[in-house]
Amino acid sequence: MRILFSFFAVIALVLSAYAGVKIANLQFLFGVVIPYIAIAIFILGFIYRVLKWGSSPVPFRIPTTCGQQKSLPWIKQNRIENPSSISGVIIRMALEVLLFRSLFRNLKTQLKEGKLVYGEAKWLWLAGLAFHWSFLIIFVRHFRLFLQNTPSFIKMIEGLDSFLQLGVPVLYMTDVVLLGSVTYLFLRRVFIPQVNYISLAADYFPLFLILGIGTSGVLMRYFYKVHIVSVKELVIGLASLHPVIPQGIGVLFYIHLFLISTLLVYFPLSKLMHMGGVFLSPTRNMVNNSRMVRHINPWNYPVHVHTYEEYENNFRGKMKKAGIPVEKE
Amino acid sequence: MKIYGGGKIFVGLIIFIGLATSPFLFNIGKSSIVRDTKAAEIMQSMGLQCVEKKAFMLPNHMRLLDKWRDSVVRKGNRLYKASDGKEYEMSLQNTCLNCHSEKNETCNACHSNMARKHTCNGCHNYMAVNPYCWDCHIKPKETKS
Repeated sequence: MRILFSFFAVIALVLSAYAGVKIANLQFLFGVVIPYIAIAIFILGFIYRVLKWGSSPVPFRIPTTCGQQKSLPWIKQNRIENPSSISGVIIRMALEVLLFRSLFRNLKTQLKEGKLVYGEAKWLWLAGLAFHWSFLIIFVRHFRLFLQNTPSFIKMIEGLDSFLQLGVPVLYMTDVVLLGSVTYLFLRRVFIPQVNYISLAADYFPLFLILGIGTSGVLMRYFYKVHIVSVKELVIGLASLHPVIPQGIGVLFYIHLFLISTLLVYFPLSKLMHMGGVFLSPTRNMVNNSRMVRHINPWNYPVHVHTYEEYENNFRGKMKKAGIPVEKE
Repeated sequence: MKIYGGGKIFVGLIIFIGLATSPFLFNIGKSSIVRDTKAAEIMQSMGLQCVEKKAFMLPNHMRLLDKWRDSVVRKGNRLYKASDGKEYEMSLQNTCLNCHSEKNETCNACHSNMARKHTCNGCHNYMAVNPYCWDCHIKPKETKS
């Protein structure tokens, strides 16, 4: 149900872009208006979410550590896994953001012959890393469509990506890796029972959406070609705020663009915000210095304390009668 | 709304805004130049036509060249029968470059720089496409105009 709902939601998006461009001729709506709205929602929504996170105080140090804390001088500290300095945190965050180090420690828990055993589970880490890196490379590669003169480092990335010189137009390796890894990430939600149980429509929808973006891009490049020079004219038109709609681009491009616009709008509303959120994870980005620095809760307020002196003042007479010793006569 | 750890949050947000708007920032003051398709129409009206129709050639020329290469290099077959029945020699340098050359006199008769705009590099440079034709073919010498 959750799978089908997400799947048909993406299919509906594809069909609406197809109908909008092919039947209703709404090229300007799908090529200019919707992308601008989507970019605005993406940037403003992203800022809103980050500011909202920033408004939550994190008064105490709560890093999840997995190494020896800084202690006596003759005990060796693990500076990265249990950082006591900013530089340690930066290395820890870099490993987390660039290499998904905490996911690398992912374990599989199983009952084997009545015993609870833990095994390695690296596939999620591998597919996740492959997916994120190829998405990033594909994203950067697309800058050849955004800049009049393509900078040489983007040409270099393209050259490396198409290094195998397979077919014409040359095959990008990241295209294959992206579609393969997203397919794996989807199938694991279907076939691993525990993961299937906790998967929601909000997990399947972005997968199908990205799969749709990747597929439409691959179709456009290798199979049902669109007129790429016109595509660049449209994109530069958008980026220079002088929108133009060149003739005869091909409906596949508008489908691709509409799915990306959907992704941009969906981004700040969803779990995809982990892009910004990973930098704001208190369990990762904090120095573990609880034993060196006193952290005071910012919402502490002066609490009225009923001291023993006041208590005795209130009940002195009764206490004396009952024979209870008092401090002041 | 009080922001905790304000400095870091704002630095991060400024980096994000910079990256997210970079396509716009790089294009400030520029505008898209839509290709002028008149040249192609004029050529057609003069009866000059490519081996296949423009609508096919624009997105598919690299595939046609790929097929030609396989046919010539692997099978030794140099005869191309176009979809309109005309026959051409499969040759990049003798057939394609015959017209798609910066020295095309028909183009340059009207505009001195016209042919240069419409050579391979005219689009390939714009799109940052770097085909490996000249790895094997001998590159024709370019003249500065």
